[in-house]
Amino acid sequence: MFGFGILFGLLVIPLIGAAFILMLRGDDEAARSNARWAALATTAVTFLLSLVAWARFDTSSADFQLVESHAWLGETTLFSLGVDGFSLPFVLLTTFLMPFCIVASWTSIQTRVKEYMVAFLVLETLMIGVFVALDLVLFYVFFEAGLIPMFLIIGVWGGKRRIYASFKFFLYTLLGSVLMLIAVIAMYWDAGTTDIPSLLRHDFAPSLQTWLWLAFFASFAVKMPMWPVHTWLPDAHVEAPTAGSVILAAILLKMGGYGFIRFSIPMFPDASLYFAPLVFALSVIAIVYTSLVALVQEDMKKLIAYSSVAHMGFVTMGLFSLTPQGIEGAMFQMISHGLISGALFLCVGVIYDRMHTREIKAYGGLVNRMPLYGVAFLLFTMANVGLPGTSGFVGEFLTLLGAFQVSFWVAFVATTGVVLSAAYALWLYWRVMNGPLVKPELQAIKDLDSREIALLAPLGVLVIYFGVQPQAVLTAFAAPTQALLAYAYPAVTATAALAGFQ
Amino acid sequence: MYHAIVFLPLLGFLVAGIFGRVIGARPSEIVTTSFLMIAAVLSWVALFDVGFGDGATTVVVGNWMISGDLAVDWAFRIDTLTAVMLVVVNTVSALVHLYSIGYMHEDPSRSRFFAYLSLFTFAMLMLVTSDNLVQMFFGWEGVGLASYLLIGFWYQKESANAAAMKAFIVNRVGDFGFALGIFLVFYIFGSTSFDVIFPQVEAFVAGTAQPDFVFLGLDAQGTLTLACLLLFMGAMGKSAQFLLHTWLPDAMEGPTPVSALIHAATMVTAGVFLVARMSPLFEFAPTALVFVTFVGALTAFFAATVGLVQNDIKRVIAYSTCSQLGYMFVALGVGAYGAGIFHLFTHAFFKALLFLGAGSVIHAMHHEQDIRNMGGLRKAIPFTMLMMVIGTIALTGFPFTAGYYSKDAIIEAAYASNAGMADFAFVATVVAALMTSFYSWRLFFLTFAGAPRWGGHGAHPTHEGVEHDEHDRDLEPSQAAAHEQGDHGQGDHGHGDHKPHESPIVMLVPLLLLAIGALVVGFLFKNAFIGYGHAEFWKDSLYTRPDNTILDDLHHVPVWVVWSPFVMMLAGFGLAYWMYIRDTAVPARLAQSQPLIYRFLLNKWYFDELYEVIFVRPAKWIGRLFWRQGDGRIIDGFGPDGVSARVLDATSWVVRLQTGYIYHYAFAMLLGVAAMVTWYLLTGAS
Repeated sequence: MFGFGILFGLLVIPLIGAAFILMLRGDDEAARSNARWAALATTAVTFLLSLVAWARFDTSSADFQLVESHAWLGETTLFSLGVDGFSLPFVLLTTFLMPFCIVASWTSIQTRVKEYMVAFLVLETLMIGVFVALDLVLFYVFFEAGLIPMFLIIGVWGGKRRIYASFKFFLYTLLGSVLMLIAVIAMYWDAGTTDIPSLLRHDFAPSLQTWLWLAFFASFAVKMPMWPVHTWLPDAHVEAPTAGSVILAAILLKMGGYGFIRFSIPMFPDASLYFAPLVFALSVIAIVYTSLVALVQEDMKKLIAYSSVAHMGFVTMGLFSLTPQGIEGAMFQMISHGLISGALFLCVGVIYDRMHTREIKAYGGLVNRMPLYGVAFLLFTMANVGLPGTSGFVGEFLTLLGAFQVSFWVAFVATTGVVLSAAYALWLYWRVMNGPLVKPELQAIKDLDSREIALLAPLGVLVIYFGVQPQAVLTAFAAPTQALLAYAYPAVTATAALAGFQ
Repeated sequence: MYHAIVFLPLLGFLVAGIFGRVIGARPSEIVTTSFLMIAAVLSWVALFDVGFGDGATTVVVGNWMISGDLAVDWAFRIDTLTAVMLVVVNTVSALVHLYSIGYMHEDPSRSRFFAYLSLFTFAMLMLVTSDNLVQMFFGWEGVGLASYLLIGFWYQKESANAAAMKAFIVNRVGDFGFALGIFLVFYIFGSTSFDVIFPQVEAFVAGTAQPDFVFLGLDAQGTLTLACLLLFMGAMGKSAQFLLHTWLPDAMEGPTPVSALIHAATMVTAGVFLVARMSPLFEFAPTALVFVTFVGALTAFFAATVGLVQNDIKRVIAYSTCSQLGYMFVALGVGAYGAGIFHLFTHAFFKALLFLGAGSVIHAMHHEQDIRNMGGLRKAIPFTMLMMVIGTIALTGFPFTAGYYSKDAIIEAAYASNAGMADFAFVATVVAALMTSFYSWRLFFLTFAGAPRWGGHGAHPTHEGVEHDEHDRDLEPSQAAAHEQGDHGQGDHGHGDHKPHESPIVMLVPLLLLAIGALVVGFLFKNAFIGYGHAEFWKDSLYTRPDNTILDDLHHVPVWVVWSPFVMMLAGFGLAYWMYIRDTAVPARLAQSQPLIYRFLLNKWYFDELYEVIFVRPAKWIGRLFWRQGDGRIIDGFGPDGVSARVLDATSWVVRLQTGYIYHYAFAMLLGVAAMVTWYLLTGAS
């Protein structure tokens, strides 16, 4: 229709919804309610459309599909869109989680509701744009522009130290952004195009690869975030409203991993091999270091934030193992972590809405009054710990299996993460949920209401479903992973292992 | 049929777990228990079909994950080993379900309890039926979850929460090794499926499959040994072997039926099952087997010594379990896999019997667990006493009971073996047999014989009075919590107010069935498991190399070896009789004359204290260090906070630079131009 395809529709629908909300008049309760319903409807329609995209997608092919191009900046830089097996699951994750974010903000956001919903809808467009862009400049624009609504969400609707948190995030990303922009320009000079499929077939000189890899790495490592550039994340999470935390943990962090698999690994194979030990080192440090830090946190959100950093360590480790299991496991881990960490932040939001504190000490014995909440929290805690039967296990297992084939010691140190994660997660559960309910202010606390059940139940079902039947997602990664390894790493695929790292 | 065996418990879990509140506790109990009954009956059918027929088969349920070369199925591998485990798991589980209807009848959250029990059974069945290592890991961690939930079932008791978390984390330490073992097996054989792995082992070790194989500087043999040791680390965690045993005694915080099912009969034997299942690997890794023997023998000895002096009825039995698991590993280590599984099989009956009997005692005493506060119960609960006698004689190896056949076989196998550590294992297991008999009869006499030390009858316990205060402090928190919570509506149980009473029939029937089992299964199955019929029975479910004839050799040991466990049993009985019936002042005198040894044993060789100091506290300390110093001072200090501070500095510096003198600016410009020209010259030339 008019030469615009499904992906363009995915980008435009949230913007239409945002425009509609902006036109709503007044600031009374009716207007706020209208804004909420409009946002929910928009995100629901977007999700349904993304399901259509999934239905039309052929997972056996490694090619970009649903491709469309529109004139944009001159002749070489087009507004071109398309998805492959790596990107489409992230599009679905984004569109799937957005309605949850809207519903999660239903009662907790009472000021500037219209603006809040607009910010989320614009953010949705920008996030989808990151995953569907087939032009490097277009990707860069989406990648960086996504920060603006996130800044606003933290800065306007955030907690007490929101200014410090936004500022810290800004400083971290600034450096990466500048370097990445330079790298984008350099790639254009070298290849004469910014078209991503063409760039994937372009051979960059090894020396140039090194610099480009480092420039991209600076940006993606901050986004992931990898140790030691992770300290913005706990602060940002703590200050963000619940839905902001969900988006931050579930989608924004995944842009770094997506960047690695879309650019660094396929386009700069020599540099990726060269720097793989560095990535391994940073990954295992992240896993052990941040797990230990998570152990002593006193704020629930900070604890989950640190745990996210540890889980992203598994992702980077798996990606740079350059084995099928490692890469597919890392991609799966990102999807799974999107669901699990999103759900965990929603869980924290549930009791934050009731008690207005995230201090672990302020709670205790909640399961006495909130049995349903106890079940939900336990399920997501266990998924976070990587219990087999939940989606958390599949990602961890495959990434470790992949890393093991490359280096015993990397896998060895990383596997200690399964012990440490059990320690911090179960200790958190104990302190918040179990024990006698003695604190007087908790005596009247209410169990999940129907809105919260509607939020958590689908996530719980998916976490278990993907744990038992991960093929639903893994099949999407298989073809592009195979193609990637065969094209960019023929030598590695042939020997099946980088024996040199043993 | 196998679908029904495995999935009926899952169905029971879902019904009781999801609809338990709606349908109420009694329907949940009936549904889960009857499902388990069906599964148990089917399991016995399976045992005769597979063990004494040729019903071995593989049932593929679906695929789980496929990634590159890795393909993992959901599948049931049904062979004799699996069938034996099915019988053990489902029989004990069905009886424990039934027993719990009586034992938990006053607990408000019974549906949750039965849901957990069924969930545990399902996970355990997934473990024992698995046809690949990853599904086994699923069951492995699944039983860990169920164990965590059941130990912490009374979530208001902080001691129960602590024990639950400890169990999960210590098991995860073992799982750490298990996971690495799976990775290494996949690395070597390119698969996690038993059917693919097992036929390759011999060629791999011989070096014909991958001639230039080197891993971490190890050759093929060394790598296989490493893989076996890593897998065995998982077994050590789950089966509470030396160094990773600390969680098992604490796990007694859970309700007693849980202890019988999980921490005696089934879950803790998963490690034994794992080693037996992987016998095709272990047979080619003799060094790993020596280590298995060593750990098993050490555990058998160590746990028995601790069991000598414990005063909590359940903890004594827990240490006994730990010790008996050590026996099983000794059998595996010397290559007598059949004997190890035989002991697993018989042990399930008599140890579940002992635990459920202890539960009946505790029920009768209104949740008193300290045997120093018991005594004289023979008249109050005669049926329970009879059951405990049967359990005790079976455990200590009285002739023709279950333990007599299986435990003696292990001791004989240890003697007959020429493998490393076998002599040590022989001595350790014989000495442990003496201690087993002693602590079992000590428990029995203190509980049932003598004068009552409860109610108005007796003074407070005085014997073994060393560090008496400390004991009470140990016990008080849990008891106080139980009092407050009133989990059985018996919050006011002053010892004088209630007379001990016999348990309801629904609890006694499982005891009776298990007692029959404890008496006869050894006699009935000895020929199939370890006798001359063992080859036809096990078929290829247990692999032994052609030169491994230990199951035949153990029938040809000298007479004194055959008699030694029997003598030890009598000696232990006599010693216990002397110390706790004839001259009851002896224990206290002994404890006072040897305070160091007594305290060392009473405090369980100080492992908990040691781990607290070398693991728990440092982990928190390092975490705090990384957080405050690493993240706070170094990363943020030099990173964002530092940068912002430097920006402020730089701004003020730039402000000072703006001197307003034209020649300053001109000079700076000149420098800049010079630098740029130099740069272009240098790069242009190259």
